[in-house]
Amino acid sequence: MDLAFTKEEQAFREEVRSFFRDNVPPDTRRKLVEGRHLSKDEMVTWWRILNKKGWGVSHWPKQYGGTGWTSVQHYIFNEELQSYPAPQPLAFGVSMVGPVIYTFGNEEQKKQYLPRIANVDDWWCQGFSEPGSGSDLASLKTKAERKGDKWIINGQKTWTTLAQHADMIFCLCRTDNNAKKQMGISFIVFSMKSKGVTVRPIQTIDGGAEVNEVFFDDVEVPVENLIGEENKGWDYAKFLLGNERTGIARVGVSKERLRRIRDLAGKVESAGKPIIQDAAFREKLAACEIELKALELTQLRVVADEGKHGKGKPNPASSVLKIKGSEIQQTTTELLMEVIGPFAAPYDVHGDDGSNEAMDWTAQIAPSYFNNRKVSIYGGSNEIQRNIIAKAVLGL
Amino acid sequence: MDFDLNEEQRLLKDSIDGLLTDSYDFESRKKYMKEKGGWSKAVWGKLAEQGLLGLPFAEADGGFGGGGVETMIVMEALGKALVLEPYLATVVIGGGFLRHAGTDAQKAAHVPGIVDGSKTLAFAQLEKNSRYDLFDVTTTAKKKGEAYVIDGEKFVVLNGENADTLIVTARTRGDRRDKTGIGVFLVPANAKGVTKKSYPTQDGLHAADITFTGVEVGSDAVIGNPEDSLALIERVVDEARIALCAEAVGLMDESLKTTVEYIKTRKQFGVAIGSFQSLQHRASDMFVATEQARSMSMFATMAGDFENAKERANAIAAAKVQIGKSLKFVGQQAIQLHGGIGMTMEAKIGHYFKRLTMIENSFGDTDYHQRRVADGGGLI
Repeated sequence: MDLAFTKEEQAFREEVRSFFRDNVPPDTRRKLVEGRHLSKDEMVTWWRILNKKGWGVSHWPKQYGGTGWTSVQHYIFNEELQSYPAPQPLAFGVSMVGPVIYTFGNEEQKKQYLPRIANVDDWWCQGFSEPGSGSDLASLKTKAERKGDKWIINGQKTWTTLAQHADMIFCLCRTDNNAKKQMGISFIVFSMKSKGVTVRPIQTIDGGAEVNEVFFDDVEVPVENLIGEENKGWDYAKFLLGNERTGIARVGVSKERLRRIRDLAGKVESAGKPIIQDAAFREKLAACEIELKALELTQLRVVADEGKHGKGKPNPASSVLKIKGSEIQQTTTELLMEVIGPFAAPYDVHGDDGSNEAMDWTAQIAPSYFNNRKVSIYGGSNEIQRNIIAKAVLGL
Repeated sequence: MDFDLNEEQRLLKDSIDGLLTDSYDFESRKKYMKEKGGWSKAVWGKLAEQGLLGLPFAEADGGFGGGGVETMIVMEALGKALVLEPYLATVVIGGGFLRHAGTDAQKAAHVPGIVDGSKTLAFAQLEKNSRYDLFDVTTTAKKKGEAYVIDGEKFVVLNGENADTLIVTARTRGDRRDKTGIGVFLVPANAKGVTKKSYPTQDGLHAADITFTGVEVGSDAVIGNPEDSLALIERVVDEARIALCAEAVGLMDESLKTTVEYIKTRKQFGVAIGSFQSLQHRASDMFVATEQARSMSMFATMAGDFENAKERANAIAAAKVQIGKSLKFVGQQAIQLHGGIGMTMEAKIGHYFKRLTMIENSFGDTDYHQRRVADGGGLI
């Protein structure tokens, strides 16, 4: 057992860190620190910088533009990225559809899509959830019917994150109504500009509109846009969801936020002195830091295990990551609410498109708290995670 | 970055797990508890035979040169089997003082007896009002020529009844809560002026309250600097905390396993109660708590070697906090999921719960250590 990173790993961390220092646009960083949303341009600009460096799709196989890093290097990269902070690569393209395409797609599809994903020439969104299919995803109803050389797609997706920016969607569609529900689903990709696609924003409790409803009304899609085999979509979806085991803990994000809390708590006053001098507050902060340290160690156990023994059999501890990671993220936003106190209330009338630089930083704290309630819901709710532990780990 | 055991460590784990599987089921434990002093000389002899009692001592001193990871392996195994024998008091704490600050003569006098199992030790530190502060010492050690005369009362001294030698913290100068002026002394348990009141503890171990009345010891009884040994005491107690973290992980592992087995077999309403989602989720949360505790136990073990004393103390305090939170949840829910049977002395789960609970109140509880981390500037 050894807690230390090797000299090479430490040097790698320094390299990554200094690249971020030199290349992340300062305004982009500031907005992330303050919990604001970034514009599409700001995100794409940064991703292209990253891609030019060769780090845009770091975990892909080398032949498709990946880096060939070790598990520990990936861990370091992610931690530095999250805690700098800089925008993380667009998960829908880089972590989700990309791996499905290079694993199950044909040569034509790989050539057509992969470089455009890496350079974010196409912005991808995810067409999984439906109004009636949340945790029970396999009950989805969006239909793709084969007509000649086209799929005709009808139905509705929801919670489609950043669909307003999207050029492409990967979509789970029912292609066989008679099969068992998991067996009749296909994985189809198509342009969001297709005729019959309508995007309607959903305003969320934080006042933002990062999720959408997407309607398909006789959308015509070329047959060659099916990825892999017809009716095997559920397998690809499971592959996609199981692909990202460790990033989900978002340890770097919480670390960055805890640093910010400590910083703000040294400035904001309570009872005539900085709130950090309040023993009760300080202990709450320490409690959260300790939980995060434990999670970081749990994540490192999983990372070290993957590095040594491969990704074949997941370390049982990996199922802890989503539950604790989301709980801790939520706790950090609660602590921010506590720091800001009564000034949590004023509503940001300017929106969060970055157009009003003078806007007080306090305006994003309550929205960030509201917004973070999602992290224990998405990606398999924490209740689903507990079902998984009970069945897969404890054998109940 | 590596969390695996090496080949030798795996062998060590297999051997102690094997030994305890053979000699330490729940029924045997009940018998050992009735022996004099509340633990089994025979089992202690077996631990000695396997070299476990000499594990952390340097080879030059007759030990096996094991480090923190080796102690973690042993403590986890002892926890899993709910072992009564005084490994913590003798090998971890007693041995710790000798390793870190013992003179060659002191090591020669004490280590062989520890290693071969013929001698055990006890740590007389807690006082009536000291609670968890190691520097809060009223017991005095007054210089008398070359000798020291010890007066004072120590409480809940684990293995105090059986120990051959007591390791006593006492003040050579200054006031009750001064951080300097504290010394550490090796006192023979049968020295004149030592009186003991022994009793079983809530978790089935044995302890004693010990009074020192004009107990005279020579200068060869002093471990470290008699005027300034708080750093030494903190170092050794930190190692005890690390060991307790590992023991607690073993206890939680076994508690979770026992509970899951129970809810798989216990039937109500015609089905195993483990098929109910509310119980499944509770068990899943016990698993999460146990894994977080395991991570911090490993962290504490590795932090034991940190050069920077403040970082080391902070890391170990953080670990004790996580262990405290986890053990309370796992222990309480293990009883809850067992239902009525969990309340009985005949089911083993309650005994695990009691040991876990006592660990929370040993060498600083969750609040105490959380405050230390908070006042130390946090962990990030």
